[in-house]
Amino acid sequence: MWLFDRDLWIEVFHTLGKNMFRTFLTMLGVIFAMIILMLLLGSSNGMTNGFDKIFAGTASNSLFVWGQSTSEPYKGFERGRRIRYKIEDAEILKREIPEIEVLAPRIELGSHRSVVTVYRKGQTSGSSVYGDYPEIDNITKKKLVEGRFLNQMDIEHSKKVCVIGEETYKLLFEKGEEAIGEDIRINGVFFSVVGIYKPNNNINIDGENAVFIPFTTFQKAFNSGDRMGWMAIAVEPNTKVPVVESRIKDILKNKYDIHPDDQRAIGSFDMSEIFNNISSFTMVLRGFSYFVGLLTLLAGVIAISNILLITVKERTKEIGVRRALGATPRLVLRQILMEAVVLTSFAGLVGFAISVGILAVLDSLWGSGEDFPFVKPMVSIGQFSFSFFWMVFLSLLIGLIPAIKAIKVRPIEALREE
Amino acid sequence: MIEIKDLHKSYRMGSNSLHVLKGINFKAESGELVAIMGSSGSGKSTLLNILGMLDVADSGEYTLDNVPIKDLSETKAAQYRNKFLGFIFQSFNLINYKSALENVALPLYYQKVGRKERQEKAMSYLEKVGLKEWATHLPSELSGGQKQRVAIARAMAAEPKVLLADEPTGALDSTTSYEVMDLIQKINDEGNTILVVTHEEDIAHMCKRIVHLKDGVIVEDKKIEQVRAQQYV
Repeated sequence: MWLFDRDLWIEVFHTLGKNMFRTFLTMLGVIFAMIILMLLLGSSNGMTNGFDKIFAGTASNSLFVWGQSTSEPYKGFERGRRIRYKIEDAEILKREIPEIEVLAPRIELGSHRSVVTVYRKGQTSGSSVYGDYPEIDNITKKKLVEGRFLNQMDIEHSKKVCVIGEETYKLLFEKGEEAIGEDIRINGVFFSVVGIYKPNNNINIDGENAVFIPFTTFQKAFNSGDRMGWMAIAVEPNTKVPVVESRIKDILKNKYDIHPDDQRAIGSFDMSEIFNNISSFTMVLRGFSYFVGLLTLLAGVIAISNILLITVKERTKEIGVRRALGATPRLVLRQILMEAVVLTSFAGLVGFAISVGILAVLDSLWGSGEDFPFVKPMVSIGQFSFSFFWMVFLSLLIGLIPAIKAIKVRPIEALREE
Repeated sequence: MIEIKDLHKSYRMGSNSLHVLKGINFKAESGELVAIMGSSGSGKSTLLNILGMLDVADSGEYTLDNVPIKDLSETKAAQYRNKFLGFIFQSFNLINYKSALENVALPLYYQKVGRKERQEKAMSYLEKVGLKEWATHLPSELSGGQKQRVAIARAMAAEPKVLLADEPTGALDSTTSYEVMDLIQKINDEGNTILVVTHEEDIAHMCKRIVHLKDGVIVEDKKIEQVRAQQYV
């Protein structure tokens, strides 16, 4: 295999090494191009990672459904009627729509987004109080600092337990005080704390100051009967959320005598939409990175080719001598191509090394993702290989220009005395 | 060794065509040392270029070591040049960023001789031209005569059938010229066939035969008594 011919490499490095300064200047274009490409890719990876971190623990294919008031009169009902779901709706929906994977009903104490005063040993906190099923944890994961989340046993035995937010803990407990097992009082009912969760920098639907108690306990303690506030629903991975969303609405509209065209009566929020928007945003960002980076790389490779074209001109005599001494056109072509590829590859690797360094610095400065979505900005091996492959391919292609120019050198022309 | 029959060559210069070689017939046996003389424009360089397969004749036959040289592709021509011919140029044409040894080894590289063998062979030829100690020097560190001796070593390294020298002493002073001619004579003594293009009488008389070219035809072809260059060195 000629690629492993040591002499070819010696020849190539010899010619490149004879004018180090120019060789270096020639490479600058590709070095910068590689840095730009890698930085752009690394940054868009950083943003993707940042968004991933924000949405960590939230099922992407999920939606939330709650009741609002009607905007159309229908079947003798006036407009402005408040829609209140019943707990049986959960069972109906699960039965009617098999694509629903998880359905977690919830009920809230007081009206929506209102706060309830929670007491403990003279300290108080204005918190949201939710009656929940443990399944909610599959849709919006709670990051627990201590203890556990609600479980099936709590539901079955309507245990008077609760999971509180870190914010609630701070208001109700002294710093460092043990909270697990302690009682807190809501509307005159005592609940034992079993877990504390921490807001995890991601999207937070429940707020940071909240108390979660088992749904069944909520029903008994606060006499909510069969009422249900809202539902968190996760659908099967291959099902489109909007499809399920409209089927849910159809069923609920039918059940609660809502005008089919009423847009307001049923409130819903499609989580997947945000995910889709963000993933298409990062995809566009990445596409843009490749577009800009590869074009810059192309410009860099053309610059190398251009310089090689000049060196071919300068080396006309040398090439002529080589031809006279028995170098076949193939050998000349190969050597010029190799020079193009070696220059480009070396420049590419230098650029890659520099950009990895810059990305590492960026990572250490802002890579925690605290202030904006930017986590672990780094290029993957695949992205690097892909870029590198294209770079080498382009250099081979464009290196053909000086190479063909070189084989067109006729030894007789080259050897003519000036 | 070399045989050409009725060789014609003309160059197109705009609308005119310049008839440079007008039917050359020439034969050189193995071991000959032939001087091709002529004033500038006589066609001697064109003849040498055709003999060196650097240029192609318009018509006529050319046989080199019983191989007809005809319709050669660039690749084939390069291979034949490498195998059959050694070139010595007026301006030496050494590759200036390669050491003397590397320059001598270059034709062997194109012959695909292994690296080690190549180095050894090149070194032995450098030794032959008396430049063993200069092996690692670049051409820029050598004198004109030394450069031409390196070039001669390079021409011989591939062990060609014929050495073609185009004004080998053209760029050298007379003392150095005689040194180079002495070397060429010694190589010829070993049985190598050498063609020397020159316009200097004294150089021509150091060959064994003089072919005189004028206006594209051979006007004189005579065997002469060789003047040994040794006596002037």
